Amino acid sequence: MKILVCISKTPDTTAKIAFTDNNTKFAGDGVQWIINPYDEWYSLVRAIELKEADPSTIIHLIHAGTADSDPIIRKALALGGDEAIRIDADSQDSYYIATQIAKVAQEGGYDLIFTGKETIDYNGSSIGAMIAETLDLPFISHAVKFDLSGSTATVTREIEGGEEVDQAPLPLVVSCQKGMAEMRIPGMKGIMGARTKPLKVVTPAEVDTLTSVVSFDLPPAKSGVKLISPETPEELVILLSEEAKVI
Amino acid sequence: MSVLVFIDQTEGKIKKSSYEAATYAADTAKLLGTHAEAIVIGDSTEDLSALGQYGIQKVYHCAGADVSHLDAQVYARIVSECCTQHGATVVVFSANTSGKAIAPRVSVRLKAGLVVGAIALPETSNGFVVKKSVFSGKAFAHVAINTAVKVIAVNPNAYTITKTEGTATVESLSNSGSAGKINVVAVNKVTGEIPLSEAELVVSGGRGLKGPENWGLVTELASLLGAATACSRPVADVHWRPHHEHVGQTGLAIAPNLYIAIGISGAIQHLAGVNRSKTIVVINKDPEAPFFKAADYGIVGDAFEVVPKIITALKKLKGIS
Ligand SMILES: Cc1cc2nc3c(=O)[nH]c(=O)nc-3n(C[C@H](O)[C@H](O)[C@H](O)COP(=O)(O)OP(=O)(O)OC[C@H]3O[C@@H](n4cnc5c(N)ncnc54)[C@H](O)[C@@H]3O)c2cc1C
Ligand SMILES: Nc1ncnc2c1ncn2[C@@H]1O[C@H](COP(=O)(O)O)[C@@H](O)[C@H]1O
Repeated sequence: MKILVCISKTPDTTAKIAFTDNNTKFAGDGVQWIINPYDEWYSLVRAIELKEADPSTIIHLIHAGTADSDPIIRKALALGGDEAIRIDADSQDSYYIATQIAKVAQEGGYDLIFTGKETIDYNGSSIGAMIAETLDLPFISHAVKFDLSGSTATVTREIEGGEEVDQAPLPLVVSCQKGMAEMRIPGMKGIMGARTKPLKVVTPAEVDTLTSVVSFDLPPAKSGVKLISPETPEELVILLSEEAKVI
Repeated sequence: MSVLVFIDQTEGKIKKSSYEAATYAADTAKLLGTHAEAIVIGDSTEDLSALGQYGIQKVYHCAGADVSHLDAQVYARIVSECCTQHGATVVVFSANTSGKAIAPRVSVRLKAGLVVGAIALPETSNGFVVKKSVFSGKAFAHVAINTAVKVIAVNPNAYTITKTEGTATVESLSNSGSAGKINVVAVNKVTGEIPLSEAELVVSGGRGLKGPENWGLVTELASLLGAATACSRPVADVHWRPHHEHVGQTGLAIAPNLYIAIGISGAIQHLAGVNRSKTIVVINKDPEAPFFKAADYGIVGDAFEVVPKIITALKKLKGIS
């Protein structure tokens, strides 16, 4: 069993969101970078659990990004996984990234590909489905639970207003979210071991980009809160119905 | 040339977010000087010609056992073939769970640039630029789609439905390919509740409510308003409330017309999931709670005293004693 876990890099959840170069680039200087939470807490940990259940399982991590991402990749390796592959490419176009990953995945012959449900910076929500389409594989999104029996996966996924339990054969692509696993913190042994795990760098293939970011902007600031006395909270009901007109 | 919208259903009924997507498609078609068509996959209990009221001229309906449930691989093929056959240049989805599974596959099949999370109509004065929400609602990006065919998934609750007169013609479509590889073994619906992602009004509780036994305050207020209920992450983590109610950076991102936060501090990761709400009300006993900075209305007070009074006032407004 071979699992490929996609790892993306995002600014820390508390990072200040600002833009430079005429609002065309995220101001990343001085920002702390983290593994996208969906990748770190849910998909990677679930993959590690599958390996714990079946030690013959091989886990490869994959990331498309520049050498700046290496610390993030090492951190992911400290949690678990046998080796990492970095595609030396930098792009915000989902099609470009997904095609790059799919090419590596094709060669690697993986049974299972995990992604997060979305990156918390560009909120693309598309890489998993795109990899699946490129490789002509089934895809289950928003997975909250994943189990394997032989070469059949049973996956619970979130749907609007509930959950659906699906069964699908491997090879399969799954996008993961909360519920898949409990978050872990890398231990000393993991951190030491990660230093010597292979991190292979591959050059990107020739792939077109289909979209480009023209500019970013920030939402207008709220005009300020209107405070209502706790003695007369019924005023809130009047304001919501007559001023905000939302009830 | 036309604009094609994918209409998503649940148990044969069209989802509200699909009516938003239909309106978005019709308005995009107007902008481009063309007309809008729709595709419905799976059996339907609806009168599909009524999609005409949302500006759709023609509906392609692909029914039958082999498409009875969502399999993104199969659905994406059917949508892509329909798009190519009828010369659609823009394909619109709702950015709900179905849309997020199908739209990227359609993008790859057609080699058409994709934007997921659109919040406004495309800007066509200089290229084709779509405004989308990024950084979990903390910023917007204007993204140019540089291909002849474009795929757009519109955020739920971001585009207002307009309904007028109109009737669409309905044409049936057959699935020319094989059935999918995914089998659905169970569907567990939270019955009777409004799906959080589609709700216009949401009442949410945090750790300030002290324990699950006090959630009656939240649910009573919600049911009076016809609102969905939500919670902060620690509340779901300790199982006071189910996982699917968790909103924020690592939970669901929502954009209702009204979000009432009770006993929630307003941590940045929580705000990331709710800051696109149109009106935010915060009830918190700590005047320094960060949530007040993001609120439109606030009450500094004890939820256990304030919320019952709001419930009484609401009952009065609605004529319930
Ligand atoms: C990477 C990361 C991702 C995260 N993702 C999320 C996420 O998706 N969603 C999320 O919610 N959090 C998330 N968090 C956690 C977040 O940082 C906060 O810890 C969390 O939102 C706090 O929840 P809370 O407001 O319910 O609890 P608290 O912070 O404990 O706040 C409780 C509030 O209730 C008030 N209160 C107490 N008693 C009363 C009373 N009687 N009446 C009125 N008010 C009262 C208090 O003044 C306080 O402001 C994330 C954190 C990290 C690090
Ligand atoms: N540059 C990248 N390298 C590797 N995996 C990625 C990259 N970008 C996104 N992913 C994966 O795809 C998921 C969804 O990302 P997105 O579609 O961009 O929102 C992430 O959670 C990652 O698992």
